[in-house]
Amino acid sequence: MVHFTAEEKVAVVSLWAKVNVELVGGEVLGRLLVVYPWTQRFFDSFGNLSSESAIMGNPKVKAHGKKVLSSFGNAVKHMDDLKDTFAELSELHCDKLHVDPENFKLLGNMISIVLATHFSKEFTPHMQAAWQKLTTAVANALAHKYH
Amino acid sequence: MSLTKAERTVILSMWDKISAQADAIGTEALERLFASYPQTKTYFPHLDLRPGSAHLRVHGAKVVAALGDAVKSIDNIAGALAKLSELHAYILRVDPVNFKLLSHCLLVTVASHFPADFTADAHTAWDKFLSIVSCVLTEKYR
Repeated sequence: MVHFTAEEKVAVVSLWAKVNVELVGGEVLGRLLVVYPWTQRFFDSFGNLSSESAIMGNPKVKAHGKKVLSSFGNAVKHMDDLKDTFAELSELHCDKLHVDPENFKLLGNMISIVLATHFSKEFTPHMQAAWQKLTTAVANALAHKYH
Repeated sequence: MSLTKAERTVILSMWDKISAQADAIGTEALERLFASYPQTKTYFPHLDLRPGSAHLRVHGAKVVAALGDAVKSIDNIAGALAKLSELHAYILRVDPVNFKLLSHCLLVTVASHFPADFTADAHTAWDKFLSIVSCVLTEKYR
């Protein structure tokens, strides 16, 4: 089980309080679909994904991005208990959605990058390290029920 | 994988801004690498890696200078980085997985310094460029 220091928890929680989940969520998912276009295959029903502006402006992408990042909000509240917190979502991603766990790492990296664009200098190396630890732990929790 | 014309233009246009802060950006990328991925310190037993150290600044500047060489010869990155490729293959033998980690930290650094420029399309261009650089640096491994 991942152990977060008190410092890491403070770093994550304090930054999370300032995150606009709707805005950042949309950007995170949008960037995943733009930078790694093969991930678009999971979102055939989302309509127009033909260009950067189409993707970043797509209302379904924004809505789903908000859903995904809200789930991260849950992770922030349960940093000591991620495997249980994400058990159901893990089964969903394996058994129904068939998403390769590698994509969880890609999304985690997108979160770091979008946080960097929003918070600039405030997203210090230590802040990034705490967030990378969280996104990695969430990725592992989401992959935990895979078989 | 190769860069489109539009992607080359993005990289060249952003490079002026990046090279104006080359030392700071190189140093910060390395600080981010060692903070998020402490296992990467294994390759630098001979350096003082504490944030703010002169060693970090010198090495960070070196890394960005090499990227600058690749940018200046963006149509022939393999040629521009041939010597570095040999260095990494025969002497440094850096595990290939680490190039992805440093590339990510470079992207985070550029994103934090130039948020307005670092659109999703620019992000794609830089991600591809760094992937190509990483490929070149590992292509002589075996």
